[in-house]
Amino acid sequence: MTTELSLYERLGGALAIRAVTESFYRRVLSDDLLAPYFDDVDMDRQIAKQAAFLTMALGGPHEYTGRDIRAAHARLGPLGDEHFDAVIAHLAAALREFGAGEAEIAEAGAIAGSLRDDVLNR
Amino acid sequence: MRVTFEGREYELRPGESVLDGMARHGVRLPSACRSGTCQACLLRAVSGDPGPAARRGLKPAWAASGYFLACLARPPADLVIAPPGGTARIPATVERVRRLAADVLSVRLRPGRPLRFEPGQHLTVTREGGVTRTYSIASLPTATGDIELHVRLYPGGAMSGWLAGARRGAAVTVGSPAGECFYVPGSPRAPLLLAGTGTGIAPLLAVARQALASGHQGPVAVLHGSATRPGLYLGTRCPAPLAAAARGRTVTWRTCVLEAGEDIVSAAVAELGVLAAGPASARAFLCGGPGVVRRLRRQLFLAGMPLAAIAADQFAAAAP
Repeated sequence: MTTELSLYERLGGALAIRAVTESFYRRVLSDDLLAPYFDDVDMDRQIAKQAAFLTMALGGPHEYTGRDIRAAHARLGPLGDEHFDAVIAHLAAALREFGAGEAEIAEAGAIAGSLRDDVLNR
Repeated sequence: MRVTFEGREYELRPGESVLDGMARHGVRLPSACRSGTCQACLLRAVSGDPGPAARRGLKPAWAASGYFLACLARPPADLVIAPPGGTARIPATVERVRRLAADVLSVRLRPGRPLRFEPGQHLTVTREGGVTRTYSIASLPTATGDIELHVRLYPGGAMSGWLAGARRGAAVTVGSPAGECFYVPGSPRAPLLLAGTGTGIAPLLAVARQALASGHQGPVAVLHGSATRPGLYLGTRCPAPLAAAARGRTVTWRTCVLEAGEDIVSAAVAELGVLAAGPASARAFLCGGPGVVRRLRRQLFLAGMPLAAIAADQFAAAAP
């Protein structure tokens, strides 16, 4: 019998997601291309949302609907593929830091990538 | 398992979370992710143990104060719970008012009954006429039960001006001590970084003394920031109560005067580098105006500290 654990479970559940999210967010805030968009953002609320999103993207228990994702990003003004790609790269780096494999990173990236049109308001 | 909430009892099924059980009884508590990440379902255990899983990921100060997450709580025994805020008010008298500087008062209050608090927490003070302000507690628990506050004296201040002229025995009421900016034992070797501006240094001094009194072994650095040099009302040398508490442990006291180009935010980040082999092992305590606390928190986070390791207490914008 084989047990298929989600990447969420393999990384260690909610506590690890919190750490991955903080690492991810730290990378985003240190990126000159992205940081200006976060100047007035409440860090705690943002990290809580990101953690809920990551939990979903990594196959954990979630009620993430993402229904406000288009409106939330539309407010930020014009965003391009370069912004979205940079965010995906930071997500990959954060997952790598916590021991995720490349196949898993690609899997998470694909789930996150499915939101590209919503985020970029297309 | 029974959960008591607002005077009513609710039965939980075996293995059922507090959040799910209460919902089954028609009590909708705030919640969102239901998996312990968003912390929207934060509650406080008044008595009973919600179990360690229910405190997963909470700041140590919150866990120590009885806070827990309803979505993760499968209590091993009966539990009395309350919403996260506290409301009770206690009568108190003014015992002594002393000037620490031209614009800072030390105010000693004697609560009418014992007040449980952690050094570094804050409480609201209400005087006659209903004027209410929040102040941080500058003292450690004492035999008399007195608490000391450092109060910024504003010209025409409705509370600070009143306190400046208050006679011994003047009546006030105080609210339940609250706030998460206090020392929690459990990591005795963690480097501690405490940074405060203005009278925000007062609770941090209490936190540092409490840590040392609790046997903390790791290095302790305290930074006091002020806009002007006279604002360093505790002086540029390590205050005597802190120096006396050190007893062989490394305690550093630094001051930063903004008008002299000394920014407490960059000083704190630099101090973190000196204190900690890895920033992830340090604990930080921040207190002062909202702008500087927000910048400190962000820069310490960017320097590698987990947010859960940073306890911050922001003063509301100054109300005269």
